[in-house]
Amino acid sequence: MLSRVAESIYWMSRYIERADNVARFIDVNLHMILDMVVGPETQWMPLVSTTGDTKEFIERYGEGTKESVIRFLTFDSTYSNSILSCVKRARENARSVREVISSEMWEQINSFYLMVTDAARNMAQAFDSPRDFYAEIRKASQLFAGVTDSTMSRGEGWHFYRFGTMLERADKTSRILDVKYFILLPSVSHIGTPYDDIQWSAVLKSIGGFEMYRKQYGLISPHDVVKFLVLDRHFPRAIQYCVSRAEESLYTISGSERGTFRSSAEQKMGQLRAELAYTPIEDIISSGLHEFIDGLQTKLNHIGESVHDTFFAMRPYNTAGFGQRQFQSQ
Amino acid sequence: MKFNGYQTDGFWDEMFLPPNAEVPKVQARPSARVLVERIEALMQGELLRRQAAAERALLQMGITFTVYGDDQGTEKIFPFDVIPRIIDYNEWSQVEKGLKQRIFALNMFLDDIYHDQKILKDGVIPEHVIYSGQTFRKQCIGLNPPKGIWCNITGIDLVRSDDGQIYVLEDNMRVPSGVSYVLENREVMKRTFPHVFDATPILPVDKYPSMLLETLKNLSPNAVNEPKVVVLTPGIYNSAYFEHSFLAQQMGVELVEGRDLVVADGFLFMRTTKGFERVDVIYRRLDDDFLDPKAFREDSLLGVPGIFDVYRAGRVALANAPGNGIADDKVVYGYVPQIIKYYLGEDPIIPNVPTFMCWNDDERSHVLNNLDKLVVKAANESGGYGMLIGPHSSQEQRDKFAELIKANPRNYIAQPTLSLSRVPTLVDGHFEGRHVDLRPYVLYGEDIWVLPGGLTRVALKKGSLVVNSSQGGGSKDTWVLAPPIGSAKTSSV
Repeated sequence: MLSRVAESIYWMSRYIERADNVARFIDVNLHMILDMVVGPETQWMPLVSTTGDTKEFIERYGEGTKESVIRFLTFDSTYSNSILSCVKRARENARSVREVISSEMWEQINSFYLMVTDAARNMAQAFDSPRDFYAEIRKASQLFAGVTDSTMSRGEGWHFYRFGTMLERADKTSRILDVKYFILLPSVSHIGTPYDDIQWSAVLKSIGGFEMYRKQYGLISPHDVVKFLVLDRHFPRAIQYCVSRAEESLYTISGSERGTFRSSAEQKMGQLRAELAYTPIEDIISSGLHEFIDGLQTKLNHIGESVHDTFFAMRPYNTAGFGQRQFQSQ
Repeated sequence: MKFNGYQTDGFWDEMFLPPNAEVPKVQARPSARVLVERIEALMQGELLRRQAAAERALLQMGITFTVYGDDQGTEKIFPFDVIPRIIDYNEWSQVEKGLKQRIFALNMFLDDIYHDQKILKDGVIPEHVIYSGQTFRKQCIGLNPPKGIWCNITGIDLVRSDDGQIYVLEDNMRVPSGVSYVLENREVMKRTFPHVFDATPILPVDKYPSMLLETLKNLSPNAVNEPKVVVLTPGIYNSAYFEHSFLAQQMGVELVEGRDLVVADGFLFMRTTKGFERVDVIYRRLDDDFLDPKAFREDSLLGVPGIFDVYRAGRVALANAPGNGIADDKVVYGYVPQIIKYYLGEDPIIPNVPTFMCWNDDERSHVLNNLDKLVVKAANESGGYGMLIGPHSSQEQRDKFAELIKANPRNYIAQPTLSLSRVPTLVDGHFEGRHVDLRPYVLYGEDIWVLPGGLTRVALKKGSLVVNSSQGGGSKDTWVLAPPIGSAKTSSV
């Protein structure tokens, strides 16, 4: 597969997943605020903090009100991680690989784009019933996932699609956990109270995992929720699950034997997967969840960079790249 | 919705016969009767609803072009009108024959021009006409394209005038676009009027991508079982990008950009996730100028440095062959009837529009004295640019063109203004006649094949003769009716 095409598929997937997750962040916040007793207006800035783009936000909007935060994260076309920008870039990428993806995938991404640009033109409507609007966004990205699942051959392209999706999702699940971390800070006294329960439930619901969690653990406890979201092997938004699937796809693409590595991408991927597989939840919590999440995000970024160097970067002809053996056999 | 009150206004109408002594109002041509009945039987408002549905479908499918110079990145659909243009089979067979004859002759012409130049030596075309052509490439002299085919994929613009005669207006030998709209328009029409398709034997167009792939594979210069075919595009900001990706997708081949390709060890490779993979055939949607900065324009960033050498060495095939643009130079166009006669000994089946050459002193003074009646065209412009339509022009525009012609006579030709035929078109909720042309697509592989019908472009502005999408044109589906099969069937019973 062309390097440029693989890269476009990878970014298309990441941007769609990112849009979906930004919608989920906002949704979880909207949800939590409904149950807050005091000071809901102070609860929007933490959302910006989780994106890591606080500086950009303050430069443009100053104060973090509900409206400014929602506008920034959803409709700001000059902010590269807003939902609008993500869907736009997903579509640009999809457009450059239209011959590789199925028409149905393209049509879904295109409708998604038309829906979001339409909403951007009638923002008042989205502000009126934000929860409906964010539900629409989730539905659109789920539809894309479903169409992809049922129309794309499980070849190299699909594995780049899944790799991108899983890497992005692992990162975003960690950030959703972070929303909870930041939002807790001003109200430490709530720990162990019904509010805490409500908030942890909201986190679970925002990623659609409430029922799966209940079945497995029953009562809501921070310890179990973190264990579920970070280390679960079967829940499709849990970080460990995402990292394992990403690793599978990476090895299918490269053809390397599992447990060995031929590129730094594979090496870093393997390290992270092993860490998640063998670290007990107690260690994560005792050494600090926020610190753990920070470290995880950095590792995911490094994996992304290595994948770029290994598969996408423009190499001059005849330098040792990943597929050198393949070339020499021609 | 009714055609009551529809007028042909003295133009040739593709759908209706004008009123005559016996029938005082317009009546549908035999080939259009079924369609007219079906349309008239539709409930009030139904046709407009279907037109809107068709436009929505095109937007949803993302069949759009980017409007240049609009920083909002506005994308528009190529306007589409649901009333098709119908061509009956007998007429089409003649057109098809004529196109094959023309392309066969033009290919011989190209091979001759870049080799022995017999046609110049025999004085049929003046040498200077060829050498002064902007699209003549001296780099291509002596070149032997695979299978000797220079014009693999072409589109010929046809028009019908008042007298009912179909003429060739222009040849597009370089990178003609629009075929994707033919395929997509048909798709939309099947969704919009399924019942009409049931009742009317319309020749299908969906064979095009397979035929194109076959044409391209046929060119592979390398002895490999499965030649690697790719489509080369300038990128997603090109206005025809949709078509490039559409064709690659329909053929199931890779769509590449210049930066995906690299020349090494005398071969052409593309960069893949598994290293470098060899490419055998390129359908390039890039003008000669941009193809190879080493051979043509140095400042081109879109092409592939060194690709022309690989091509010349016969290690990769390019479709179309570089240099073939000289055959669609508008001055050379004027000589096509002689070209056909010279190489084939035949008269052209489809005539040319009479053409005045401004390089010729007598013809130039005739042109300058009649600018208000003629259409003047620059020899190498396309998209409706560089053109003067005399009867619709101002004195100022005519003065400007007079200067241009005097400054560079070789670069201009002139033709009488034809009143193009019309097809009923939905305008503000009713039917009005609008002028159309027709661009059929021709593939030259093992054999010459013509896609039934082609792209009907329609000038949506009232009275306008300019059908180009960049100038307010739209398109219609084109139906070639299948030959009657009744006789064969009844006799076998």
